[in-house]
Amino acid sequence: MSGILVVTEQTAGAWNRMSFETVAAGQQLSRTLGKPVCAVVFGQGTGVLAAELAGYRFDQVVALDHELLGNYTADAVTGALAWLIARLQPEIVLFPHTYRVRDFAPCLAARAGQTLLSDVIGFQLEDGSLVLQRQLFQGKLNADYAASGPGAVFASLQAGAFRADALEKGESPVETLTPPLDAASIRQQPETPFRESARAVDLSAAELIVAVGRGIHEEGNLALVEELADVLGAELAASRPICDNGWLPMERQVGSSGQTVSPKLYLAVGISGAIQHLVGMKGSRAIVAINKDAGAPIFEVADYGIVGDLFDVVPALIEQVRKAKSV
Amino acid sequence: MKILVAIKQVPARDSRLFVEPSGAWIEENDLGYEVNEPDAYALEEALQLKEKHGGEVVALCAGPERVSSTIREALAKGADRAIHILEDDLGSWDSLSLARLLAKAAGTEHPDLILTGLQSDDLGFGQTGVMMAELLGLPHVTLAMSIEVDSGRLRVKRELEGGWFQNVTMPLPALITIQSGISRLRYATLMGIKRAKTKEVRKLSAAELGVAPASGIFLRRVYAPHSQKHTQMLTGSAQEQAAQLVEKLKHELRAL
Repeated sequence: MSGILVVTEQTAGAWNRMSFETVAAGQQLSRTLGKPVCAVVFGQGTGVLAAELAGYRFDQVVALDHELLGNYTADAVTGALAWLIARLQPEIVLFPHTYRVRDFAPCLAARAGQTLLSDVIGFQLEDGSLVLQRQLFQGKLNADYAASGPGAVFASLQAGAFRADALEKGESPVETLTPPLDAASIRQQPETPFRESARAVDLSAAELIVAVGRGIHEEGNLALVEELADVLGAELAASRPICDNGWLPMERQVGSSGQTVSPKLYLAVGISGAIQHLVGMKGSRAIVAINKDAGAPIFEVADYGIVGDLFDVVPALIEQVRKAKSV
Repeated sequence: MKILVAIKQVPARDSRLFVEPSGAWIEENDLGYEVNEPDAYALEEALQLKEKHGGEVVALCAGPERVSSTIREALAKGADRAIHILEDDLGSWDSLSLARLLAKAAGTEHPDLILTGLQSDDLGFGQTGVMMAELLGLPHVTLAMSIEVDSGRLRVKRELEGGWFQNVTMPLPALITIQSGISRLRYATLMGIKRAKTKEVRKLSAAELGVAPASGIFLRRVYAPHSQKHTQMLTGSAQEQAAQLVEKLKHELRAL
């Protein structure tokens, strides 16, 4: 094949939903470039999932199946996919930019002598060559990258950058392949995944969320934002650094390592809007951002923006919300 | 245990960034720089492992003369010595070439463990560390929250998505990328700052290491992102801004 290979992700028979965003991007690239597109699902006992993939338009679906792929390890997956890539010789390999992909795809790309274009948000053709967009400086700037030189392009796609709701249906042939893996070559031994504690706060059900970030500066200032959440009747949430500092429990964290929320109103206070945070909240129906830096990426997803010092704006807001509610 | 920590210097977190008129890169003249935050946690983890198990911590940093400040800071915090790959234009190198450069320098040290941050706050590729592992033939895990060392094996708690974690064991030598925010960072003491001045910093060049940049991917242009939404900015004094927002909350968003 000389086309596009879409690498999907599943755990114990359940899809990572970002797989279908990658499928959408693969099909879109296939149409744009007029090249064939294949999909691979790797794991142990992937037949059912491969059959599901075969219901979409692909030139081929590969079930890359091996007992050593049952529990994820970087060594096994890198070995299996490197073998498949050598066999299929794709020009472009697409991955969802998941934590797991971050663990193995750089190895795979390096093994193929390539750099991985990670966390890509879009692509276009310029003078016949493929240009991929990604973000720099935690989302403050964008950059266009082009691939040069021989060999495949490896790219992982940011969560939410491609829409999974417009997939082309089809009837695709499925091939089951067994990669040559050797247990002795797998150096990581994974244990069973666990959660730290039962999650007491379900932010995903909240109608209104007030979220706080680094701009709050110190733990003692949190009371101000708590008061705002109180007067609004909102749940309190936070970006990662606040929970890392132990100022709020981890269960109040929104973002790729925390919860994904889509409330009626998301009021972000002192949150710059690093992509890891945005992926957890950009589906909110309305977003309001208060930040002192007009260049903060949070304003790119906000419906309403206030550039100002939160220590001036939030007290004023509390006072006026109280007034409005008492009328 | 000999631990090598790969650290990077990046523009300071709150920097205002301006794109050069050519769109090739950002204006660097007035920028302040600091250590990449996840790398600061990698250094902290290395220092804590040394305190528990003994051994040596070697800091590895590539970049122009200005990265000397980041190297001195690492030495002041407790790294025993450092390697500075002195090169001016690493900004144009792709990640794989950089990983080759760092791996070559790291390989000469034969460390038991290599630590680095999970990604950089500037380019954010999140791959240099993992590529170093591949190039050095070392096992790796990413997104580490904590590390235990016991009779030549590592047990690493790594972060998965959505609040899940997983322990992974693997043999030494190995490479681990560290999640940001996993511990409290120490400050350099006055004594540490004083001692840092006498610590060894070995300077190497890419030519000495026999690594040149390859042409895998290239950066075409840098630009300000287009807003994904039509953002309505509320202006005026804090009181005026708050008043406008309350109006919106009441009548448009129906949140009051």
